[in-house]
Amino acid sequence: MTAPDAPPPPDAPGTEPILSASHLVKHFPVRSKGLLRRQTGEVHAVCDVSLEVHPGETLGIVGESGCGKSTTARLLLNLIPVTSGEVHFEGRELTALSRKEMRPIRRDLQIVFQDPFASLDSRMTVFNLISEPLRIQGGFKDGGRTRVRELLDLVGLKAEHGNRYPHEFSGGQRQRIGIARALALDPKVLVLDEPVSALDVSIQAGVINLLEDLQSELDLSYVLVSHDLSVVRHLVDRVAVMYLGRIVETGTAEQLFGSPAHPYTQALITAIPLPDPQKERARERITLKGDVPNPIDPPSGCRFRTRCPTFEEKLTDGERQACIDDDPELIDRGQGHPAACHYADARQLV
Amino acid sequence: MSSVPPDAGRPPQRDPDVVLEVDELSVAFPTEDGLVHAVRGVSYQLRRGEVLGIVGESGSGKSVTSLAVMGLLPSSARVTGSARIVGEEMVGLKDVAISRIRGERVAMIFQDPLTSLTPVHTIGRQIGEAIRAHRKVSKSVARDRSIELLETVGIPNPQQRVDNYPHELSGGMRQRVVVAIAMANEPDVIIADEPTTALDVTVQAQVLDALRSAREATGAAMILITHDLGVVAGQVDRVGVMYAGRLVELGAVDDVFYRPRMPYTLGLLGSLPRVDEDRGHRLTPIVGTPPSMVNLPTGCPFAPRCPMMESRCLEEEPALFAASGIEHHAACHFHDRLTDDTAPTDLFDTAAADSELTGEYEEQP
Repeated sequence: MTAPDAPPPPDAPGTEPILSASHLVKHFPVRSKGLLRRQTGEVHAVCDVSLEVHPGETLGIVGESGCGKSTTARLLLNLIPVTSGEVHFEGRELTALSRKEMRPIRRDLQIVFQDPFASLDSRMTVFNLISEPLRIQGGFKDGGRTRVRELLDLVGLKAEHGNRYPHEFSGGQRQRIGIARALALDPKVLVLDEPVSALDVSIQAGVINLLEDLQSELDLSYVLVSHDLSVVRHLVDRVAVMYLGRIVETGTAEQLFGSPAHPYTQALITAIPLPDPQKERARERITLKGDVPNPIDPPSGCRFRTRCPTFEEKLTDGERQACIDDDPELIDRGQGHPAACHYADARQLV
Repeated sequence: MSSVPPDAGRPPQRDPDVVLEVDELSVAFPTEDGLVHAVRGVSYQLRRGEVLGIVGESGSGKSVTSLAVMGLLPSSARVTGSARIVGEEMVGLKDVAISRIRGERVAMIFQDPLTSLTPVHTIGRQIGEAIRAHRKVSKSVARDRSIELLETVGIPNPQQRVDNYPHELSGGMRQRVVVAIAMANEPDVIIADEPTTALDVTVQAQVLDALRSAREATGAAMILITHDLGVVAGQVDRVGVMYAGRLVELGAVDDVFYRPRMPYTLGLLGSLPRVDEDRGHRLTPIVGTPPSMVNLPTGCPFAPRCPMMESRCLEEEPALFAASGIEHHAACHFHDRLTDDTAPTDLFDTAAADSELTGEYEEQP
């Protein structure tokens, strides 16, 4: 495997998206305790989210816990039913398909989970773990053993490791096994749900390098879901920042990290500690007050306004009224990329 | 001031500026597989008002060291060496005596605020309890002080919040309550063990601010234990890197970050993705895993993973040598081969493969 020499960023416009979502909405019912379990409300987990993933590119979905990023990833894979909205994969609408109809499509859409300790059955050998998708999809008899060996080699493990059990491997190696399993059916899109969050930093780097190599080798499209902006910056071409179920800003990695326009993105970027003492001491920091509001009862208008430093410090009462009344649309207001803020203002922060 | 027993073991000619002195501290736990040597001879000094960061990966012994200082290890743990807080020896001290020091001279903040707070009392009562454990003050005085402390750590409406129960607060607020409890008696040392690990980044920034306010308000020195090199970079004066139960590098934060002299530190820095670097640059993973602490091989514990390893490394465990810079130490026989210009990629392979199975399982049928 060779290091990719800074691959040219696949340009979003022009190419047909391989996976796209339009106006995804997901509400989870909240039920009362007791016998009747009446529905007392709804958690607005994902609200009107539209995304596009192009062939060979990595789309990052970032946000803090509870922002709906993992739910969005599961909706993209049709693992949970949507409340409304559509998901298209290679031109085909997925949300209306039955499980049976979904099965052949699952070959092309795979997922790698966060916790390599929980996502691998401890009673199965590595060989069986990796060959399971081949057996289910009926591709095992025809050269399945060779394929498993190939996959082990691909993720940097040895063929003889196939006879071992997951507990014999380190966390980083287990995550490699999870990746090999996801690659078994030669998918086109890989959803990576916090793929390195459970690993120590020195181990994390190996898995990140592997994901980079695999992408250029196999021409995969990634959807990376992560709360870690440093990992996102390192791996993605385009980013969508989520807050309380909505995308608040989206653009290329350069646009988003170089000139973030939404106050939430700005706060998020400045809150990431840099492993660089001098930069860290000199940095401007935008600290948010308070906590994420309850998604059962999100604020009116702009959902971020209750914590927004711009709303709090810079706006007049008249200007604030727009934030309270109107939910800002996710459109370009002259910053070169869309941001869902009435008063979007691009700034350079790192 | 508590009266120091006359047989404190060492003549009282200590540096008055040193509030915490850890000297050859070792901790071992008996297990079915044998003794686990979690901490092996750690020594450092913490001066008044100083912030010392301790970084290391899981199992490096960074937490156990401070639990030993606090006297919080289970009774089965074998602790040797010495840890003195403002001259008073903590190792081997009886529970009653240690409770007098804990909270008053040294306080600790843990990772998970839900387990450090009791769910059945209001936060005001819990802060008040910490105050009244060491000071003879009335409940109303303790309450006023609690409100004051909540304000210092940045909790809005402290007059109302003081009567809340922990479940009514968010994770970030709970952790700030824990910070308030830690600073309640103006201790000389605050030990924060992964105080922000469970929190989202924007909330982490709030808690780090609260910790800074706590230091400013009390003048306490602080030990900040974390696995996050970014958090350390912005918060501390000096930093110690732990690996396999020992300090392997110790120095001013700028020396350690910009001029590391231990290959492990260099590799660790090179393995971090950063928001200020775009996707072109390649990370340097450190292959392998930390050694088992049950039967450590002789020699440098990092040798099996070290790209600079030579035969001497397998025979002799390096001490902390003085490296360049003021009070900069590194535990590597060949620390002088690393220069200010050595980049992580000069030393470490950026290839992704990691096919060595962890040693302890290799023997199994």
